[in-house]
Amino acid sequence: MMEKMIFGRYIPGDSFIHKLDPRSKLIFVFLFIGIIFLANNIISYALLVVFTLITIFFSKIRLYFLINGLKPIIFLVIFTFLLHIFFTKEGDLLLKWQFIEVYEEGLKQGIFISVRFLVLVMITSILTLTTSPISITDGMETLLNPFKRFKLPVHELALMMSISLRFIPTLMDETDKILKAQMARGSDISSGPVRERIKAVVPLLIPLFVSAFKRAEDLAVAMEVRGYRGGEGRTRYRQLKWDWRDSTIILVLIIIAIILLWLRS
Amino acid sequence: MNEILSFHNVIYTYSPEETEIRKALEDISFSVSDGEWIAIVGHNGSGKSTMAKLMNGLLFPQSGEVRVFGETLNADNLWDIRSQMGMVFQNPDNQFVGATVQDDVAFALENNGVSFKDMVVRVHESLTQVKMEKHLNSEPHHLSGGQKQRVAIAAALALKPKILILDEATSMLDPQGREEVLTTVQRLRKETNLTVLSITHDLEEALLADRILVLNNGRKYTEGTPDEIFSRGEELVELGLDLPFALRMSKILGDNGIILKQDHMSERDLVNDIWISNFKK
Repeated sequence: MMEKMIFGRYIPGDSFIHKLDPRSKLIFVFLFIGIIFLANNIISYALLVVFTLITIFFSKIRLYFLINGLKPIIFLVIFTFLLHIFFTKEGDLLLKWQFIEVYEEGLKQGIFISVRFLVLVMITSILTLTTSPISITDGMETLLNPFKRFKLPVHELALMMSISLRFIPTLMDETDKILKAQMARGSDISSGPVRERIKAVVPLLIPLFVSAFKRAEDLAVAMEVRGYRGGEGRTRYRQLKWDWRDSTIILVLIIIAIILLWLRS
Repeated sequence: MNEILSFHNVIYTYSPEETEIRKALEDISFSVSDGEWIAIVGHNGSGKSTMAKLMNGLLFPQSGEVRVFGETLNADNLWDIRSQMGMVFQNPDNQFVGATVQDDVAFALENNGVSFKDMVVRVHESLTQVKMEKHLNSEPHHLSGGQKQRVAIAAALALKPKILILDEATSMLDPQGREEVLTTVQRLRKETNLTVLSITHDLEEALLADRILVLNNGRKYTEGTPDEIFSRGEELVELGLDLPFALRMSKILGDNGIILKQDHMSERDLVNDIWISNFKK
């Protein structure tokens, strides 16, 4: 189950998309989310779909892998699709079977919204699949830097995020260990009624919390000893480089936006 | 030799209000010379870790003073002194700050505002010193405990400190990891004139030191070379310390009527002694 999930997963590689600066990718995704709403007819949606497929091609991520990973989302897509079909009552009546009535406009809206949704999820998945979490954090930090003026603790937020990301595998291992230790003592969280199972999670969570706090304390001391005094006067080891590729994709996106404006009805 | 770190009549307690509770450290004085390797040993709760915390200003003594590089440690020179003192802690996971090996080593450099160009050079140098240069981009959960501690040493050495403090740095490692860490420290001492302070309850580790300081219930019990300390035998056992394997072995052999020379510290000395013991009869 977890193996197939692609949200938040990173697949190392050296494709065109992998080599992009995280900042340009983030800007790209945010602009794309806005641009997607410009599409409102078949041609403009077709353009978005084609564009998404081209992006996937450039990221060298197998389409099959992507679609397989999006399975959990499909239910949501089908659900919204059905909602639109049943509740939009405009245009010609296409189908009538007992109490179910499907209208032309409903079908169209259903398909459009589903496509929009899928395109959106695919583009954001490509961002996380081709960018390591730590790069995303770096990109966010630099992009948010201007907001420091408004007292937004940008550096602290970025550090918090990178430390959390770094400790995910450590805490996962820990959870596994505690789980086994509790199982060895007769605790059972995989069977029985839901109420019992939820109760059984408590002896798992409490030791995990205790150890997480202990780790936090140790880490704070280790950081202090290595001279951490907040973001002031700090230099950066991870350098971001904006090159022609990054300017190109932003330019391409602007061109797409202009074409969409022209195509939409 | 120049004195590099010293304690003068240091007293520290975690609960200043309650006077009847035993203080964590009571009237501790000692000094460390440039380039020395000192081991501080003691049972659990003897005040070893408190001493480590006092050395780099994580705690300040209630009375007495801690002098580093000839200066009394205080809030003003704290950060300068910290940048000259590397510290490695017990838990390999809880001191790994960066997402990858190189980020972790760079952390102290970033904090001290080292320029990017110098940082790249220093990160590589430090990792080469501990022989971890092939793992630049490894993430902590893909490294063994010994490797993580070596990275922690590299991170502590990134700022080229004069003193390296090992606060029970090997106690959570398996024998192989411990070996890795200790040989790394020994090699570093040969290559650079590093002063090492290892706080430990592992007497095998203490054997490697030039001088051993024994703590008992927050007081300095005794101080001397490994030979001097371990010749005390039973006394150490009473303090809650384990004797090194070679000493324990020869004691057991002695109890069974095989009398050996008493002063072998290493396993090799012991073996040499055993195989020639028959000729001495």
